[in-house]
Amino acid sequence: MIHSLFLVNASGDIFLEKHWKSVVSRSVCDYFFEALERATEPENVPPVIPTPHHYLINVLRHRIYFVAVIQSEVPPLFVIEFLHRVVDTFQDYFGVCTEAAIKDNVVVVYELLEEMLDNGFPLATESNILKELIKPPTILRTVVNTITGSTNVGEQLPTGQLSVVPWRRTGVKYTNNEAYFDVIEEIDAIIDKSGSTITAEIQGVIDACVKLTGMPDLTLSFMNPRLLDDVSFHPCVRFKRWEAERILSFIPPDGNFRLLSYHVSSQNLVAIPVYVKHNISFREGSSQGRFELTLGPKQTMGKAVESVLVSSQLPRGVLNANLNPSQGTYTFDPVTKLLSWDVGKINPQKLPSLKGSMSLQAGASKPDENPTINIQFKIQQLAISGLKVNRLDMYGEKYKPFKGIKYMTKAGKFQVRT
Amino acid sequence: MRNALVSAENLQLTLKTDFSSEEQALTIKHSSGNEEKPIVFPSYLKEMLESNKESLKLEAMKRIVGLIAKGKNASELFPAVVKNVASKNIELKKLVYVYLVRYAEEQQDLALLSISTFQRALKDPNQLIRASALRVLSSIRVPIIVPIMMLAIKEAATDLSPYVRKTAAHAIQKLYSLDPDQKEHLIEVIEKLLKDKSTLVAGSVVMAFEEVCPDRIDLIHKNYRKLCNLLVDVEEWGQVVIIHMLTRYARTQFVSPWREDAMFDENNEKAFYDSEEERKVEQTRPYIMDPDHRLLLRNTKPLLQSRNTAVVMAVSQLYWHLAPKHELSIITKSLVRLLRSHREVQYVVLQNIATMSIQRKGMFEPFMKSFYVRSTDATHIKTLKLEILTNLANEANISTILREFQTYVKSQDKAFAAATIQAIGRCATNISEVTDTCLNGLVLLLSNRDETVVAESVVVIKKLLQTQPSQHSDIIKHMAKLFDNITVPMARASILWLMGEYCEHVPKIAPDVLRKMAKTFTNEEDIVKLQIVNLAAKLYLTNSKQTKLLTQYILNLGKYDQNYDIRDRTRFIRQLIVPNEKSGALSKYARRILMAPKPAPVLQSAFKDRDRFQLGTLSHTLNSQASGYLELSDWPAVAPDQSVRNVEVVEPAGAPALRKSKTAKSNEKRLLLIIMTKYILIHIVLSISTQFFVNCMCSLLHLCVFLACQFDAVSWHVHVSLQASSPVFVPETSHELLHRMTGKGLSAQYRFTRQPCIYGNSMVSLQLTLSNSSDQALENIHISEKSSTGQNIHRFNAIERLEPQASVTVSMGVDFNDSTQAANFQLCTKEDEFSVSIQPAVGELLLPITMSEADFTKEQGKLMGMNESSATITMKPENVSSQSVNRKVVSVANIGVIPSSQENIYRFAGKTVSSGSLVLVSVALKDPDAVITINTEKTVIGSMLLRQFKTALTNSGP
Repeated sequence: MIHSLFLVNASGDIFLEKHWKSVVSRSVCDYFFEALERATEPENVPPVIPTPHHYLINVLRHRIYFVAVIQSEVPPLFVIEFLHRVVDTFQDYFGVCTEAAIKDNVVVVYELLEEMLDNGFPLATESNILKELIKPPTILRTVVNTITGSTNVGEQLPTGQLSVVPWRRTGVKYTNNEAYFDVIEEIDAIIDKSGSTITAEIQGVIDACVKLTGMPDLTLSFMNPRLLDDVSFHPCVRFKRWEAERILSFIPPDGNFRLLSYHVSSQNLVAIPVYVKHNISFREGSSQGRFELTLGPKQTMGKAVESVLVSSQLPRGVLNANLNPSQGTYTFDPVTKLLSWDVGKINPQKLPSLKGSMSLQAGASKPDENPTINIQFKIQQLAISGLKVNRLDMYGEKYKPFKGIKYMTKAGKFQVRT
Repeated sequence: MRNALVSAENLQLTLKTDFSSEEQALTIKHSSGNEEKPIVFPSYLKEMLESNKESLKLEAMKRIVGLIAKGKNASELFPAVVKNVASKNIELKKLVYVYLVRYAEEQQDLALLSISTFQRALKDPNQLIRASALRVLSSIRVPIIVPIMMLAIKEAATDLSPYVRKTAAHAIQKLYSLDPDQKEHLIEVIEKLLKDKSTLVAGSVVMAFEEVCPDRIDLIHKNYRKLCNLLVDVEEWGQVVIIHMLTRYARTQFVSPWREDAMFDENNEKAFYDSEEERKVEQTRPYIMDPDHRLLLRNTKPLLQSRNTAVVMAVSQLYWHLAPKHELSIITKSLVRLLRSHREVQYVVLQNIATMSIQRKGMFEPFMKSFYVRSTDATHIKTLKLEILTNLANEANISTILREFQTYVKSQDKAFAAATIQAIGRCATNISEVTDTCLNGLVLLLSNRDETVVAESVVVIKKLLQTQPSQHSDIIKHMAKLFDNITVPMARASILWLMGEYCEHVPKIAPDVLRKMAKTFTNEEDIVKLQIVNLAAKLYLTNSKQTKLLTQYILNLGKYDQNYDIRDRTRFIRQLIVPNEKSGALSKYARRILMAPKPAPVLQSAFKDRDRFQLGTLSHTLNSQASGYLELSDWPAVAPDQSVRNVEVVEPAGAPALRKSKTAKSNEKRLLLIIMTKYILIHIVLSISTQFFVNCMCSLLHLCVFLACQFDAVSWHVHVSLQASSPVFVPETSHELLHRMTGKGLSAQYRFTRQPCIYGNSMVSLQLTLSNSSDQALENIHISEKSSTGQNIHRFNAIERLEPQASVTVSMGVDFNDSTQAANFQLCTKEDEFSVSIQPAVGELLLPITMSEADFTKEQGKLMGMNESSATITMKPENVSSQSVNRKVVSVANIGVIPSSQENIYRFAGKTVSSGSLVLVSVALKDPDAVITINTEKTVIGSMLLRQFKTALTNSGP
């Protein structure tokens, strides 16, 4: 299936290669570089590139292209999904997935890639199994290893691979038994010029951090499970129980994992927590443009809107912007024409605003498009769909775990057209 | 034995010096050849590798792996590295494996040095070590070891551990790519592994099947139902492969569920009246889905909820290609959900949705808003979304879509704006109500400042006008006015063509345009020039009074143009339109030739014919056939024999391994010896000068290492723990659950599969065979929700319909809670309820485990006193052999055999299913008596087991 993997950085250098079958010359990447040159933006490189003898499937994460070389028919999503899984694993191991981190840990990276694929077919992709095989590098362990000469390859054999619950390792022990669940919802919306909602959807996930001894069997139930329109589960969740009782019943993996992702359909009414008043205009014949933007809270259930960040791609004709924020700071990059305004928290008594003028290229005609405004924000302790966890029970073990639930709402792809 | 080892060690030491001198030479050559590489690396690293310190060796290996990762060539260090292949340090060993697999192909001779290490590891009692040895051995691409690999694969395919069998399945593909001549043998192994019941193996063996013999569909028949049932529990990557294979399989085995509903009713009636004509009835019978077809659809449905996007896509394409049309809608939501994922996933999913939305608009119409474009999307995502929105457009939603398109036209991304204009054009032709609105909108765009937008609008307007030219002469006039400002050649050419084609609607303007063009002819692009000539010819025919001179002038310019296409066209046109004596006949028809009414172009989706490829495949994404693409066959007109999928005989899993291994082993030894001898001979013949000595030594070393490893026992130090293993023996006897008389035609039998239950860790897994011996179909067979006793029962999915004389096999799980109390429950059909009960034999409440002999005695020591029960019996002489004792014991209870070093003592170990308590059984033979000892915390189970063993071992017979 997957023949080879090349890692290419933003400046177009191959900095790592790994082959699972016979070696494929790195010149195969020339086709990829051609496509890279043609693309105006890094994201515009087509994910699947055919070459005379191979097919290149690439994903772009953290400004690194992961280019897989394929020789024959294979579902492209299979490869794409696997490459993303590789990136997730690197992130899990090194905290960040950057060129520097990969280069520093090249041996661990190689060991991981060796375990993840056998002859190009995925072998062990569960993070719990991998961590048993190859321990993630920490500063402490690196120091200890250099002194004692010990290794970060697990001495024990991964029994998880053989068990009926391959996602959980055996013999887990904690002194403090804890289970935390984060319900995180993201609002995707497009708001039109006049402030009415064109489309809005809620995508939610429940991320868990479970540190429990032994083999606990958990059930999680919701007050209003009907809200969940479409769900996808971690393999540990028993599908039958969800079908019958709308209860999540599972033996959790050890550590951090994504238990569930769900979708609240666009048919339901979605509360939009912020509004934007804007006035961006260019006058014909003048080299000045007006820019006014005011943000305000709306339907936030009394919670504060925090970490607000506004960004907008201004038209190419704009030379510079001379603006005055009532709070926070703004930057304008005259090369990429990207305006971003770090607002911080919205105070309902004193609404944040950004006002001023833009200078246009002399002689250029008035741009005929208006920029779209992208907004990011966070609201703590609120799940905007109204989803509530009812209770969490544990079976199979005798101790009493410490349980915690946190809610958060974020902006996903939240766009305002002007 | 020891001596052999020591001498091997010595040889290695002597060899080392020789190698190094050779390498030094290489180093020098290397460093002079390529200056950008560190000059020191080989000799410096080699010293580190040859030091006695593990840490230095490890450090060296880490650096070498770093070099490999960068794509540098480190093959010169091969001899120094390969010596460490048997290192005790696990990390060092793993890195050596990485190196070995990378360079073995280039250094075939030296790679053979390592083979014996893996051979030894293949016999290791620990399954993970066996698996890893097979994995590396099969990754070494050296043709000379093909026979060794083949033997190793054959043996591993019958290994007790499913993990080793999985590795064997992977090795099949590797061997096949190394030596395709082994195909026939490999197919035998695949056939064997396909019968495997472990979820670990299923995905990998199907992958091997797809790679080696995808056309041997006959191998699937018997395993079809099992694969369907296992699917949910297979790991996610295996699921994708199995689903794709089953899609292909189903298209060859079942009849199409896509018949017209109208035909359906008609046939029904006919069947009612013509009941005498058997054959005809058979043919026109209303469509009933094959239960196996339904099974596949039902078992894949839950996988739509998978977190793995490839699995969701695989199920979606399965439904698209196999499900009745009215069931398709369930995949919509899941596909729309995938759009939230990464850019690359979106790209592939949108492509598939685009193909689907052409054929079935209704599926995605409610989700139209999910395809609205965001300014942050990548261009290829935007264009795909546009494509889908255009496909979804109909009379009801067109106004919403057009409003959305208006925003897109203003986008800063001009390529996208141009694509939007084309989309508007497509909407306008497809939906006649909005044609005028679209045209007006496009005309407005003609005054846009951006050139690409204007050009695209002109091209689209041209196409639209062709459909109804008479009403739009004002638009043509408007375009003529704009003509001077438009510079894009394609747009200019389009306007000129329009002028010529409809010159009768604009009789005054057209000649004037021609006049202007005559002035600028020489500066125009080629396509524009062609259209000028075209316009001139048409005007000459319709309005020769005003344009005769202009045409002559233009034809003269064209005659001497640099481009031969234009010269040819000019010559052709001149002959055609200007009458002279030579071309008399043709010029009469000139008007009919040039002014013939042209059919309007059809604006189609680019995804129109993509459905010739199976959805979700690479070929579909590229819209061209990728190598290795397997065509999806059409539905057969008549369903092939269904009974091929019936499974009657259940083979005991893994049992044959015990008997075979001995012969295989000796075979293998002989083979290896032959290879070694050959190897030495070749070297002796080939090597002349000083090389001779080194090579001889090398070969001798091989032999020594090889001999040593054959005798050496365990050298891999590992932590051994209790490991579940697969059952040694699975009884085929089934017990009656419900007799057909009491069950009013429904009969049920159950048997214990002795496999770990997939529904829960503490459950015993059971297989239920339900058959219908009545003469009418039974519907909705299920187990009632209320259980009369306390056991936790995992019910099987309700069976919707069981035809007369048909039978179906389902699996269920019961948590007996380590007691032999019967599980009582209600087996229900649509009409009746039957109380039934399952009484487990005590031996079925156990699961086999493996452990070493030492561990066994240790554990046994802990379970003395109260926990021990024993009995002395007198053995029948025919039962005394080791085989018969083993067979008797494992047939009574589901426990694993522990290898024993003492001849007269047999040991077995298992654990109880619910609580996981150890159950240790030992049988000590003291002719003619035998002492059975059972050690377990569960004393009740212990004593019951003891009683059963007593009867089993004292009775003669099988």
